[in-house]
Amino acid sequence: MFYREAGQFKTTYQADQAVFPIRQDRIGVLLILGLLFVVIPLTVSSFVLSSVLIPIMVYALAAIGLNLLTGYTGLLSLGTGGFMGVGAYACYKLTTFFPEVNIIVLILASGLVSAAVGAVFGLPSLRIKGFYLAVATLAAQFFLSWCFVRVPWLYNYNVSSAIEVPTRAVFGIPVTGPNASAVTRYFVVLTILVAMTWVASNLVRGRIGRMWMAVRDMDIAAELIGIKLYQTKLLAFAISSFYCGVAGAMMIFLWFGSAEAESFSIVQSFLVLFMVIIGGLGSLIGSFFGAIFILGLPIVLRTLPEYFGLAIRAATVEHLQFMITGALIIVFLIIEPHGLARLWQIGKQKLRVWPFPY
Amino acid sequence: MDILYKIFIDPFVQMGLAPDLFAQTLWEGLVGGMLYALIALGFVLIFKASGVFNFAQGIMVVFAALTLVGLHEKGVPAFLALALTIVVMFLLAVAVERAVLRPLVNQPDIILFMATFGLTYFLIGLGELVFGGDPKVMIADQLYLPKGAIDIKMLGGFVSLQKIDIAAAIIASIMVVTLGVFFQKTRIGRALRAVADSHKAALSVGISLEQIWIVVWFTAGIVALATGIMWGARSNVSFALEIIALKALPVLILGGFTSIPGAIVGGLIIGIGEKVGEFYWGPLLGSGIESWLAYMIALIFLLFRPQGLFGERIIERI
Repeated sequence: MFYREAGQFKTTYQADQAVFPIRQDRIGVLLILGLLFVVIPLTVSSFVLSSVLIPIMVYALAAIGLNLLTGYTGLLSLGTGGFMGVGAYACYKLTTFFPEVNIIVLILASGLVSAAVGAVFGLPSLRIKGFYLAVATLAAQFFLSWCFVRVPWLYNYNVSSAIEVPTRAVFGIPVTGPNASAVTRYFVVLTILVAMTWVASNLVRGRIGRMWMAVRDMDIAAELIGIKLYQTKLLAFAISSFYCGVAGAMMIFLWFGSAEAESFSIVQSFLVLFMVIIGGLGSLIGSFFGAIFILGLPIVLRTLPEYFGLAIRAATVEHLQFMITGALIIVFLIIEPHGLARLWQIGKQKLRVWPFPY
Repeated sequence: MDILYKIFIDPFVQMGLAPDLFAQTLWEGLVGGMLYALIALGFVLIFKASGVFNFAQGIMVVFAALTLVGLHEKGVPAFLALALTIVVMFLLAVAVERAVLRPLVNQPDIILFMATFGLTYFLIGLGELVFGGDPKVMIADQLYLPKGAIDIKMLGGFVSLQKIDIAAAIIASIMVVTLGVFFQKTRIGRALRAVADSHKAALSVGISLEQIWIVVWFTAGIVALATGIMWGARSNVSFALEIIALKALPVLILGGFTSIPGAIVGGLIIGIGEKVGEFYWGPLLGSGIESWLAYMIALIFLLFRPQGLFGERIIERI
């Protein structure tokens, strides 16, 4: 009733092809952007900004990256953590080489390095697919994590073998390093995230996205209608790694402040994969839902016992948290195998026809 | 030139100069590979019969071992604890079938794969909640597993074989042969192979999928228990063992997801390749190449045979 596009006529092809063809959606997105850019920085404490919102946004970007590969192109990858690491270490090396260059440019440039590495590790996808490919991408993950430990050049021969983020300012305002305020970092992350989501949404609607989806749905058929498989697959690997690399660089430079090789272990790969699958394969908004769900769940589970005044030992809480997370993943998959994005769609449809059932 | 010499000639010279050391490395690789093969076997069983890429196999190994040791710590005699653990693995199989497989039947592979992740988390939480998270010592003595080492004089030196490794080799072979007979000769085994070929065709001739899945997951649970005992006797029982499941994955792609002999041969190739590579070529790159060498070996094989060494030929139709 409130959410109905009746009476909104489209008179041009541009209007028909718009990202948000329905007026209510456009208003909703503007409201959300207003909330994110104006209301939240004014009201939310810097602790919440840097420990809840920035992580969610960083992971959402990584999840979008993996979703482009797994959800849109159908190539299952377990190397996300490694590619994020490449972005982070590349950014670190770039800031060492070019201390004068704007850090935001460097973060995006490190995505390019990650894209190149991703394309190389995507090469096996030309021969193998499915779970075989997933295991092959684990090779990337383990090889890259090994490099982060064993190649001292990557961390500038630090004794601690960790990378420390230097302070870099943009227009006189410190953006990275210990002096950067949470609000500044929040704005940088948010801007990059919004821009890259916008790019991704146009990518998947355009020629490239359609090629990806054709390959996902049946690669032989796609080849027969003239899609070059290896270019398409490698492009998917490269662009996906670009997103993951930028996410990794942001994770270190705008969130952690320092990193070791352990930050980019296989656990990261699995975490991002959880987000993509729980959120919904082949859906950008699902990546956001997935990131919010997977990162929000531990926070909720941790605060619930306190809220009810139950005294449970911290270790027990942690074990229960594992069990509940596992059980919830299974329950969610049973309720809606297509992820939270699908629930969102169903909800929208219900709103549209409300108060009638259908 | 120097680097070429170091890669292509020097390691072989070393092998020739110290054959006993080479034999020792081979043996260690063989034993390691056998344990990988056992984990891979559990994967293959489940993948064949239910098409599920069971990520939880590694955690099932830990969970089984932990249950065994945990029960013994609570005062249950060793062999009773073993029997009880088998019962627990059976209950786990039933629970997995009821709570995970049945509601998710006919879903895409990746969804089932994801569900086994959920299972992994659940089992980690459950295991730690019930038995605690500290590393435990495997009750090798109480189960009459041998310990100590045999030194064999050969090739102008000594090769030392751990008795527990020999026992592991024997038990693994017995298990593989038993499974082979079970698959080829018994009624349930035939039903299992039918399900592996085609779920729908098997259903249409009256094979109960539910029953078969329970049997398969239970068998995988038993294999996990045996692996857990063997691996636990070599190191401690803790959730760090989970990482070995990741080591079993290259074995799988090497041997093929659907082949039991493939799992065994793949395991041995990976085990030996990993140890020999680490020992002779590792120092060139800095140590620790074990963590990814197995994957690289598997990848090289895959470039020539995309379905693995023994996997069924992939035929694609439109």
